[in-house]
Amino acid sequence: MRDKIFKRILVGCCILILLVCAGMVYSLISGSLSAFQHYGFFNFICSSEWDPHPDREVYGALSFIVGTLLTSFLALLFCIPFSLPVALFTGAYFRGKKIATFISSIIDLLAGIPSIVYGLWGFYTFRPLIIELGLNSQGFGILTSSIILAIMIIPYASSLSGEFISMVPNELKEAAYSLGGTRLDVIRTVTLPNAGSGIFASYILALGRALGETMAVTMLIGNTNNLPTSLSDTGNTMASIIANQFGEADGLKLSSLIAIGLLLFGITAIINLIAKFIIKKFNG
Amino acid sequence: MKNLFIILLAVIIASCGNAKKSKEGKQAEINITAAGATFPLPFYNLAFKTYQQKTGATITYGGIGSGGGIRSLKDKIVDFGGSDAFLSDKEMQEMPAQVIHIPTCMGAVVMAYNLPDIKDLKLSGEIVADIYLGKITRWNDKRIQDLNQGITLPDQAINPVYRSDGSGTTYVFSDYLTKISKEWETNIGTGKSLKWPTGLAAKGNPGVAGTINQTPGAIGYVGSEYAFALNMPMAQMQNSAGNFITPTTESISAAANGEMPADTRTMITNPSAPEAYPISCFTWIILYQEQAYADRTLEQAKGTIELLKWMLSPEAQALTVKVHYSPLPQAAVANAQQLIKSVTYNGQAIQ
Repeated sequence: MRDKIFKRILVGCCILILLVCAGMVYSLISGSLSAFQHYGFFNFICSSEWDPHPDREVYGALSFIVGTLLTSFLALLFCIPFSLPVALFTGAYFRGKKIATFISSIIDLLAGIPSIVYGLWGFYTFRPLIIELGLNSQGFGILTSSIILAIMIIPYASSLSGEFISMVPNELKEAAYSLGGTRLDVIRTVTLPNAGSGIFASYILALGRALGETMAVTMLIGNTNNLPTSLSDTGNTMASIIANQFGEADGLKLSSLIAIGLLLFGITAIINLIAKFIIKKFNG
Repeated sequence: MKNLFIILLAVIIASCGNAKKSKEGKQAEINITAAGATFPLPFYNLAFKTYQQKTGATITYGGIGSGGGIRSLKDKIVDFGGSDAFLSDKEMQEMPAQVIHIPTCMGAVVMAYNLPDIKDLKLSGEIVADIYLGKITRWNDKRIQDLNQGITLPDQAINPVYRSDGSGTTYVFSDYLTKISKEWETNIGTGKSLKWPTGLAAKGNPGVAGTINQTPGAIGYVGSEYAFALNMPMAQMQNSAGNFITPTTESISAAANGEMPADTRTMITNPSAPEAYPISCFTWIILYQEQAYADRTLEQAKGTIELLKWMLSPEAQALTVKVHYSPLPQAAVANAQQLIKSVTYNGQAIQ
């Protein structure tokens, strides 16, 4: 009897979560319909015009989509040279050693810092540095926000890929050592190929995190609604245009913002699905 | 531990005593809910708190933005909404019933800048428009230099800063530039958010102020209440009479000294008064003329009206300067009092 009740509660909770998710998708779609109908789906995605002038009212998402993808992929690129060595350090070289635990817990600490703190640090400490280096005159832009994003996603990429690296079977490594391989040889020919898809998946998950990041990016990207043409250019991302504009938006503009939300939801969902698929293949 | 317990007990008893005292007050059961503009929030917080201590009525004002305030009023879930922009004729028609606008205080938009060696910078509307249009890009541009005889302006790029979020401040600023510049009117227009051809964006007054402080050569428009509180360097603006006016509580109030429509729905940017600061604005409380809606009682309606009357009183208006706003001039107060008299409950005048 108690078992049955427990089972029912579990089923109920799961259904509730599914309903919440479905409700979210439904309200996003119904809210964005009028924007998609007014501008057409492809036109909305491919237009970089964002003009709230009441006589014109043209909204297109392209510059925000480009801004989001550009900052996220750049962040991914910047984080690889730091997260991969950390993963190898904690997962292969010093696996199980105190120093590895120490370093990985420090890195994990980075993941726990709220993004507004990264934003503040970026705004008051990192931005003057960019100005000093002469990259651009005001320090905001795609490059500044990508670098901050990269620091933010390092812990996600490194701790998960460290796990996958430490999961490589010992027998394989021992066999390689017994054939006279050096540590570098083992990592190059055994560890990395074995853990490869897992490492790839952990980077995809880190990318998913970068895509949705709002606060720190909004503080550093400059929030200009133009298509960025260079790394030192200012731009805007999907998350930050929503955060900035929803308060005073109504009508077509509100619908366009919801449509951008739906697109962001779609992009992150696809990225996460890809990661899940790769992990599953690796484990299977 | 024991001490802590005693302190806790004392606090509880004290708070019970307080609650009892406020219940004995005249309007203990009045509970006014409102929401809207964030621009007048510091003034409303102070004024409502003072009123609460005086009368015991509880007032909750949510700073959710002008748009949100009007939406809440439309949904009839608040007693009044706060807005930095008056409703257009079209928006008035979209409301479920006739609404009236009561101005509560005045503010302004000031041009704050970051040029460490320059004090008393003078600017005109045309120059500000051209800076934001991207036509004037350097501080030592001849047109700025001509206005500032006796100062050597640096050969430095101008970084214009604007609001990334939709905002009443942007509305007032763009309304002023629309009146000043033909090119601004056709290309950019007036609105809470705009399509900016150049510059950097930051969120909220704090964001814009912070960006100006941190960026050499920056200029930006900031709500006067915020800029005064922070003591930021701000430019003197040339008004329509040709005088250069420093934004102060007096020069802002002076902007509303001119003609005023009976319903108070007017933008007072670029006024004709010779001593007026040109980018000044009202902020309004918007409420339904017919107060019997959504099961509201007569007491609730009376409580709301009493509060609004008090907001226009010299006592409340004197609070404006404490939080860096400007009081309403007499003409505006008279108009607003007339409007409050027109409020009804079930067709009967409340007063």
